[in-house]
Amino acid sequence: MSLVTGRPGGEAVPKPRRAGGARPPAARAPRGGRRNLQGWLFSTPFLALFGVFMLFPIVATLWMSFTDFGVRDVRRPLGAQFVGVDNYVKLFGDETFRTALFNTAYFVVAGVPLTVVLGLLVALLLNNGIDRARTFFRVGFYAPVVTSIVAVAIVWRFVLDPSDGLVAGLAAELGAKAPDFLGSPAWAMPSLILMAVWRNLGTVMVLFIAGLQAIPTQVREAARLDGAGAWQELRRVTVPLLRPTLLYATVITTIGYLNVFEEPFVMTQGGPSNATLTVSLDMYREGFNFFHMGYASAMAYVLFVVIMGVTVLQLRLLKDNTR
Amino acid sequence: MSVPTASVPARRREGRVRRPVLYALASLGLLVMATPFLWMALSAFKTRQDLTASPPVWIPSQWTLRNFGELLQQLDMPRYFMNSLVVAVLVTACNLLFCSMLGYALAKLDFAGRSKVFGVVLAALMVPGNLLILPLYVLMSRLGLIDTYAGLVLPFAAGAFGVFLMRQFMKSVPDELLEAARIDGAGEWYIFWRIVLPLVKPALATLTIFTFLGSWNNFVWPLVATNDPGKYTLPVALATFANDPNRTVAGGNGMLMAGSLLVVLPVLVVFVVLQRHFTQGIATAGLK
Repeated sequence: MSLVTGRPGGEAVPKPRRAGGARPPAARAPRGGRRNLQGWLFSTPFLALFGVFMLFPIVATLWMSFTDFGVRDVRRPLGAQFVGVDNYVKLFGDETFRTALFNTAYFVVAGVPLTVVLGLLVALLLNNGIDRARTFFRVGFYAPVVTSIVAVAIVWRFVLDPSDGLVAGLAAELGAKAPDFLGSPAWAMPSLILMAVWRNLGTVMVLFIAGLQAIPTQVREAARLDGAGAWQELRRVTVPLLRPTLLYATVITTIGYLNVFEEPFVMTQGGPSNATLTVSLDMYREGFNFFHMGYASAMAYVLFVVIMGVTVLQLRLLKDNTR
Repeated sequence: MSVPTASVPARRREGRVRRPVLYALASLGLLVMATPFLWMALSAFKTRQDLTASPPVWIPSQWTLRNFGELLQQLDMPRYFMNSLVVAVLVTACNLLFCSMLGYALAKLDFAGRSKVFGVVLAALMVPGNLLILPLYVLMSRLGLIDTYAGLVLPFAAGAFGVFLMRQFMKSVPDELLEAARIDGAGEWYIFWRIVLPLVKPALATLTIFTFLGSWNNFVWPLVATNDPGKYTLPVALATFANDPNRTVAGGNGMLMAGSLLVVLPVLVVFVVLQRHFTQGIATAGLK
């Protein structure tokens, strides 16, 4: 069926704008019907892939979290025993999981504000502070974002190495002794956080630069003319106008950090003595090293609920209350 | 995209005093950001003596390619490179097609259920990958797709981010243009393929870069979905090698730096050449 023939009465007038409004509904039906069909045809590839590789797993994870899904069930998935909420009950008595929850919270609570504040400062510096070689600086600060986490985690592991590492060497030159960053329970997590800030700063910076450039120059000029100093301008004008960007940057950084996996996997394997074991890493181990897949699914859902909860909370707290 | 803010006289005046300080600050920050990369690049060419020297040696006292040679002996890097490349190319091609198709439908076709489909896209943006990998692994092993390219590509063949990006860009294509083509008898596919896609080339470029990079750097799913070392992608091979307790420790850091350099360098070069697209892409996805 072609477009032209399917439009009865449409040919007589070049642009039927429905001016009279007297067109009977029956005449419009085939057009709307075909539009619907075409819309759905264009949506089909995405929706099919979404259904199989996202919607189905979301539901399947929930189902698995109520079973004792183990290694034998990979061959016969429907053979898994239903165990009710046993996995969830066990989870909250699980010392290791509680440690993983704590570590993940530590990573987020320390890492997100550091990343967002430093990202904002760098954006202000590059957008307002300097006027030449901006692109050069921007490229430099953004570069870590595009690189493989695995590769840079390996590099950082070497930089922080207690015997041959750069930091230990520089400290020795100054007559100090650097701690064994990744080998000490106290220093391992701060080291991972530092690396995450280094790697994700660029994303936040780019968002804030775009936000800053969307603020009309006149607004700032007006603030200046009214006698606002640089600090006042920042606090009373710039930051409030950046609120949507701040919200977006905080939310995406938080979601990313709650899922933290690669850094501890490569740099510390969760150690020393579980000091850097995160929820994702704990889930990976339970699921793929021990094949406690039902139990790991329960972990995945707890993490998902935490992520949703934190996101909703942030949207509530940080959204514009002045309107 | 707006141009950097116009200069304000007041700012220029005080800039004379402060500017050197601000440049020094920015340069210092940049140095800190670049240090791990410099250390990696230089260490990849160091001899064993230089690698373990105290105080640390920045510039190799003797440049050597031995780390690369040893690495290639222990790891089949060309093969992992090919695996990563094939997966990234396939993922990118699928995303370009499928995301633009849905982006077009959401931006330009007024069909019943459109807002629901868009809701699905937005919801898909929020779903963390960790929630999916357990049943995905079971599904893929039932389908016999573990250790295959299809198994690595399919879960990433149509990302919600891409749909969102394409929809934003396609909204700016004037409706009159499409209406005119429809009156001339063009079908929706023709309009999509011949009229709309050529008009959103910048968006396609942005999507290509982000999807390719995302796939190139992807780690968790390839780690789960490959058991056969012959099917490892670069990050999986490198991480497995780095965590292998049997790896010879002496000179190991040199090999690891050489491997990291091989993974990171192509990406950094592409990034520097195409940097404009990166910053614009993020800003578009974040603010519109």
